[in-house]
Amino acid sequence: MAGYILKRLFFMIPTLFVISVLVFVIIQLPPGDYLETYIAELESQGESVDPDRVNFLRAEYGLDKPIYEQYFVWASGMLVGDYGYSFEYGLPVNEVIGDRLFLTIIISVVTIIFTWAIAFPIGIYSATHQYSWGDYGLSFIGFIGLATPNFLLALVMLYLANVYFGTSIGGLMDPAYIDQPWRIDKFLSVLEHLWIPVVVIGTSGTAGMIRRLRANLLDELQKQYVVTARAKGLQEKKLVRKYPLRMSMNFFIADIGSLLPSVISGAEITAIVLSLPTTGPMMLNALQSQDMYLAGSFLMFLAMLTVIGVMLSDILLAMLDPRIRLQGGATK
Amino acid sequence: MSMHYVSEAPFDAHSVEQLTPEQEKLYLASQWRLMWLKLKQHRLAVGSSVVLIIIYLLALFCEFLSPYNLHTRHTDYIYAPPQRVHVFHEGEFVGPFVYGYRYQLNMENLKREYTPDTQNIQKLRFFCRGDGYRFWGLFETDVHFVCPASDGYLFLFGTDRLGRDMYSRILHGAKISLTIGLVGIALSFILGIVIGGVAGYYGGVVDNVIQRLIEILRSFPELPLWMALSATLPVTWSPILVFFGITLILALLDWTGLARAVRSKLLSLREEDYCTAAQLMGARPRRIIGRHLLPGFMSHLIASASLSIPGMILGETALSFLGLGLRPPITSWGVLLNEAQNINVVALYPWLMLPVVPVIIVILAFNFLGDGLRDAADPYK
Amino acid sequence: MADILTIKNLQVEFDYHNSRIPAVRNISFRIPQGRTVALVGESGSGKSVTAQAIMQILPKKAHVTHGSIRFDDPENGNSAEIVSLDPMGRQMRAIRGGRISMIFQEPMVSLSPVHTVGNQISEALLLHRDVSKSEAMRLSQDMLDRVGFPDPKRAINTYPFELSGGLRQRAMIACALVCRPAILIADEPTTALDVTIQAQILKLISDMQRELNMAVLLITHDLGVVANVADEVVVMYHGQIMESGMIEDIYRNPSHPYLKALMKAIPHFDMKPDERLTPVRHIESSVGELLRIDVDRELQANPVHLEVRDISKSFRIKKNPIFGKSAAPEIKAVSGIGFDVYRGECFGLVGESGCGKTTLSKILMKALSPDEGNIVYYDKTGQQGVDVLALEGDELFKFRRKMQFIFQDPFSSLNPRMTVFDIIREPLLIHEIGDLDYQREFVKELVRVVGLDPRFLNRYPHSFSGGQRQRLGIARALALKPDFVICDEPVSALDVSIQAQILNLLKDLRKELGLTTIFITHNLAVVNYIADRVGVMCRGRLVEIADRDSLFENPVHPYTQALLGAVPHPDLAKPLDFDSALESQASDPASWSAPFRCDESASLELHEIKHGHRVLREA
Repeated sequence: MAGYILKRLFFMIPTLFVISVLVFVIIQLPPGDYLETYIAELESQGESVDPDRVNFLRAEYGLDKPIYEQYFVWASGMLVGDYGYSFEYGLPVNEVIGDRLFLTIIISVVTIIFTWAIAFPIGIYSATHQYSWGDYGLSFIGFIGLATPNFLLALVMLYLANVYFGTSIGGLMDPAYIDQPWRIDKFLSVLEHLWIPVVVIGTSGTAGMIRRLRANLLDELQKQYVVTARAKGLQEKKLVRKYPLRMSMNFFIADIGSLLPSVISGAEITAIVLSLPTTGPMMLNALQSQDMYLAGSFLMFLAMLTVIGVMLSDILLAMLDPRIRLQGGATK
Repeated sequence: MSMHYVSEAPFDAHSVEQLTPEQEKLYLASQWRLMWLKLKQHRLAVGSSVVLIIIYLLALFCEFLSPYNLHTRHTDYIYAPPQRVHVFHEGEFVGPFVYGYRYQLNMENLKREYTPDTQNIQKLRFFCRGDGYRFWGLFETDVHFVCPASDGYLFLFGTDRLGRDMYSRILHGAKISLTIGLVGIALSFILGIVIGGVAGYYGGVVDNVIQRLIEILRSFPELPLWMALSATLPVTWSPILVFFGITLILALLDWTGLARAVRSKLLSLREEDYCTAAQLMGARPRRIIGRHLLPGFMSHLIASASLSIPGMILGETALSFLGLGLRPPITSWGVLLNEAQNINVVALYPWLMLPVVPVIIVILAFNFLGDGLRDAADPYK
Repeated sequence: MADILTIKNLQVEFDYHNSRIPAVRNISFRIPQGRTVALVGESGSGKSVTAQAIMQILPKKAHVTHGSIRFDDPENGNSAEIVSLDPMGRQMRAIRGGRISMIFQEPMVSLSPVHTVGNQISEALLLHRDVSKSEAMRLSQDMLDRVGFPDPKRAINTYPFELSGGLRQRAMIACALVCRPAILIADEPTTALDVTIQAQILKLISDMQRELNMAVLLITHDLGVVANVADEVVVMYHGQIMESGMIEDIYRNPSHPYLKALMKAIPHFDMKPDERLTPVRHIESSVGELLRIDVDRELQANPVHLEVRDISKSFRIKKNPIFGKSAAPEIKAVSGIGFDVYRGECFGLVGESGCGKTTLSKILMKALSPDEGNIVYYDKTGQQGVDVLALEGDELFKFRRKMQFIFQDPFSSLNPRMTVFDIIREPLLIHEIGDLDYQREFVKELVRVVGLDPRFLNRYPHSFSGGQRQRLGIARALALKPDFVICDEPVSALDVSIQAQILNLLKDLRKELGLTTIFITHNLAVVNYIADRVGVMCRGRLVEIADRDSLFENPVHPYTQALLGAVPHPDLAKPLDFDSALESQASDPASWSAPFRCDESASLELHEIKHGHRVLREA
C-alpha cells in the first residue's frame, strides 16, 4: 500500500511538469509583456517614461532573458514557494493572494461534500426505483440542474435575494471581517455565507453525479453476483447496501476525477459573479491586465488542486478496492 | 420411481427457428433504420429534436422574424420593460396590439419607469416593412414578419441600456450562440477522430503519450483555462477573428472526450471477429476502417458529439458573460448577458436576464437528444 | 422416497412490448429427496427460467401466470406453496438460500469481487442460522475444507479474483451448501469449466449430496454429464417437457422424436468410421458449378500441405507501464510446436482453455507473428514451398486466397451493419473477382451450398440464428475458393442440435471440395467425429500427436489419458471414473510422471512410438 502511494506521488511529477509548461506557454502567449502595456498606459496619460528605468525593471523581472530561462526561474521559484511578482499590485504574488487560495479550497471541499450528500441518496433512490415517477421527476430536475450554468444560477440567486430580501448575498463573510485575522467568529461568518456559493457551484455537479451514479448502480444491479446474493435469501435492502452499493462506492470515489475540475471551474465563475474573495475575481483581473505571474500562479494552483484531489481519490480507491490494493493495477 | 412420460403434442423441430412478426419487420432494417426505430421510442429525445429544429429555424430566419435590427436604438425608450400583446381593448376586439408607454424618471432610485398608456393603441402589422437587412447575405430587403404600428414601438422582451429591443437581439444572438456550438463541435470532432484514431490505430508508445496528454488536459479546470486562453487573443483582432479564436479555444479543450471515445471504440471494434475476418481476406486498412470500423462507431460519435455541444454553448456564454469572449458588434446570448453582470442594474431591469431562457432550453434539448442518441447508438445489443 | 419439490402445471410468461410470451408452458415434475433430477434442454428451452421460478428470483419482466410449486421440507415437515409467497417476504427468504440453494454457470462473475470468500460464505449462515460471526467463520472454513480448498484458513481471507475458475466454483458451492439445504439447484455448473475440472466439480457435487442427503436439480444441456450424475431426467424444448423419466428409460428407450433426434445428433466415441450424425434439423446443401470448377485437381505432388516447425510465442504480462517490475513474467503461449498437415485431411487440435491453440491458429493465419519457428505452405502444383511467415505485401495478399478461417463466435464474426450479400461478397470485392453479375450468382450459390435460402441475401445478420450465422461464416470463407481452412471452435458456441448440422456440413464440403482443414476444439467427441489426425496441446506444448484411432484407443501421454478419462459419455454403459478425475492435476505439467515430467531440467521432445504416433517425453 505504501508502495502504491509512493508510486502515485511519483506519477504526479511529470503531470505537474507538463501542466507548468502549458501554463507558462499560455501566460507568454499574448504579444508584448506587462511593461509594454504599462508604458503605453503612462504615455497615453502624457507622462514621460525614463528608458533607463524601463530597462532596469525589465532586468529586475527577468523579462530580458530568453523564454526557457524565464520558465526555469519561474518554475524553480515555485518549488521553494516563490511564485513571482505581481506587477499590478507591486507585491510578491504570495502576499497578493493571501487568503484567497485557502478560501477557494474551503469552498471546493465543502461543495464536494455537499454534492456527495445530495447525489448519493438521490442516485440510489433513482436506480432502485427505476422508471418510477420519483425517478422521472428527480431525473428531470437533475437535467435542469445540469443545463443551468453556474453563473446564471448565481445571477438568479442574487436577483431573488435582492428582490425578496433587499440584501446582497455576495461576499463570503461579513464585511467587518474582511482583512481581519482568522478568529472563530470570522470562521462562523464564513460558514454562514458559504451555503449560497456552495449551492450555486454544486448544482450542476450534483446533477451530473446523480446521473452517473444511477447509471453505474443500474449496471451493478444487473450483475450476476447480485443474483447470487439474492439467491442466498438476503433482504433486498441489505443486498443493495452490501453489494451493488459497495461497488458503486468505488465508482463514486473514482468519479472525483471528473467532478473536481468542474467544481473548480464553477467556483471560479461563481466567485466572479458573487464577488467572493477567492481566486476567481482576482484571476480574471490578472488575465485582463496581463499580470502574468499572478495569473500563472492562479492557473497553476487550480490545476494542482485537481491533480492532488485526483491523487487522493486514487489512494482512497486503492484502500477500498482489493483488486487495486492487491494487484497494484486497476482492473475493470 | 418416476413414470416415463412422453409428450403427445405434435412436435416441430423448426418451431424455435421461426421468427415473430416483430422480428420479421426487422429483417431488412439497416443500422440507421434500427437506430431510428429505437430513437423514436425515446419521446424526450424526439421532442427535443423538434424543439432544436424550431430554434435553429428561428435563428436562420432571425432577421425576418424580429421586428428590429440588432443595433437599432430607441433613445427615448431606454430600459423599457416588456410590452404585453393584447387582443381586446375594453372588451372590444381590436386584433393584436400593444399600448404605448408613458415615461417618467423616479427621482428616488433614479429608475426609469414606464407605464402603459391605455389610450395609445398601437396595432401590430404583419409582413410589413421595417429596418432593412441583407437576407442570408443574398439580397436587400426590409420585410419583417411583425412590426409595430408605423409611429409606435414593439418591445416584447423590453429594451437594454441603449434602447435596443431585447427580443430582436435574442433572436439575432441565437445565430451566433447556436453556430459556435456546431462549428466548435466540428473542429473538436476532427481533432478527436484524428488524435483518437492515431492512438487507437498505432497503440504502443503513441497511444500512451496521447492518453497521458488527455488525462492532463482533463485534469485542468476547463473554465479558467478557457479564460486564460481567450485573454491571450490580441485586442487588435477584429470581432470576426475573435469569433474564430474563441471557437478554436473551445474546441481545443473539448476534443479529449471524443478522442477517448474514438480510441476505446476503435480498440474494441478491432477485436471483433469480423474485422479479423476482413483482415484475413486480405482487406487493406482503408477498407477495414471505411467499411467495418467507421460505420461501427460513427453512431456513438454522433451521440457523444451531441452531448458535448451544450458544453461549448455554455463555454461561449460564460466567456462572453465575463467579457473575455465575443466582442460587439458580434452578439451572442453570452454577450447579451454581459449586460446583466451588474446586479444593481438587473434588480431594476430584470428582463436583461431573459437570454438565460433560450440558453437553458437549448442545453436541455441537446442533453435529452444526446441521451436518446446514445441509447440508440448500438441497436445490436 | 418422498418428493420434496412438486411442480404442477407451471407457466411462466415474459412481457414483450404489449404482449406476453410464454417461456415455460404448463410443465410438471417433481424432485425426490436425496436424488438428482436433471433438467435438460437447449438454450431458450426455459430450463433456467424454471429454476428462477423455484427460487423466486425471476427477472422483473417475467411472471408466473399459472401453476404451483410446492416445497415439503424434509427437516421439519413444513410445506410451502412457493408461487403464492411474497418473493421478498420473510418466508420465501428463509427458504431461498437456507433450504433451497443455487449455484450458477459463471464462477467468474457470480461472486462479488470486493468481498472476501469468507465473508460471502458466512453471509448465508448469518442469515439462516442463529450463529455468532466467529462461529460462522469457523463453519465457513470447515465448508471450504470440505469442498477441497487446499488451505481453507488462508482461503477464507482471499478475494475471488485471486482464485482459479475451478476454485471459484468450489467457493460458490461452499456458499450454497454451508446452510445444508434440502435442495441444490445447479444451473450449468460446469459449462464454463474445462473438462478435467468439470469431472472434479461433478464429483464434488455428488459427494456433498450424499453427505447432506440433499436433492439436486441439475440444469444442463450436456447429455454426457446427465448420464453420469442424474437419477431422473426431464427433457425440455421450447418451454415444454418433451419427455421425462428415470435415467434408464431416457437413455435406453428414448421415445419422443425430439429426444431421439437429439441422441442421434451427439457425437460419441464409438462411432463407426463412416457413421454420420443426424442433425435435429436437416439442411439441404448442394455444391454448384461455380464453386466446383477447379476441384478435380491435377497431380498432387507433395502429400504435405502445411509444415509447421518450432513455433514459439511469448507474451509479457504488462502490469504497470512505468513501475512494473522490469522482469515482468513472460508467459509462453506456445512453445516449440511442430507438425505437418497433409493434403485433404482434417487435422484436429485439442486442448483446454489457455493451452495456446487459439494463439497458434492466429500465427498460422498470420494475424500474429511468432517469436521463432517457421511455416511452409506447399502449393498443389509444385514441390516448392512458400515461407508463410516471410510473406508480405502483394504476395501475402495473393496467399490470403488459399487459406481461410472460420470463427468461433457466430455473432461477432459477421458485421451487423452489412447485408448477407455484402458480407459474402466482400472477399470477392477485395480480390476483384468477377463482375457484379458473376458475384451475385456466386454468392447465391455459396448461400445454397450452406443450405440457406438465397432469398435471404438482403437481410442483416441479426435476423439469423446462431447456426445460420455460422453457416454464413462458412459461405464467406469458401468465397475465395481456398484449399486450406482453419476452423477455430466453430461449434462450441452452438447448441448440440445444431452442432451436428455444422459438423456434417464441414465434413461434406471437405470431401466435395478437397479442402485441407485444421479443426481446433476443446471437445474430444467432436474431434473424434471430424478429424483424421489429432494433436493434443497443453500449456503451449504439443504433447501427443497421432491418427485418430491410435490416439483414442491408445493414448500414451498422461495428459491425453486424463483428458479422455474426464469426458462424460452420454451412455449409461460408460460411467466416468470420478475417483481418478478428482486426484489428477492433469493439466499441470509438473505433476506428470517421468518420462513425461516437464520441468527446467528436462529436455523433452516428440518421440515416435509408432508410425505417425508421437508423444512428448524425454528422449
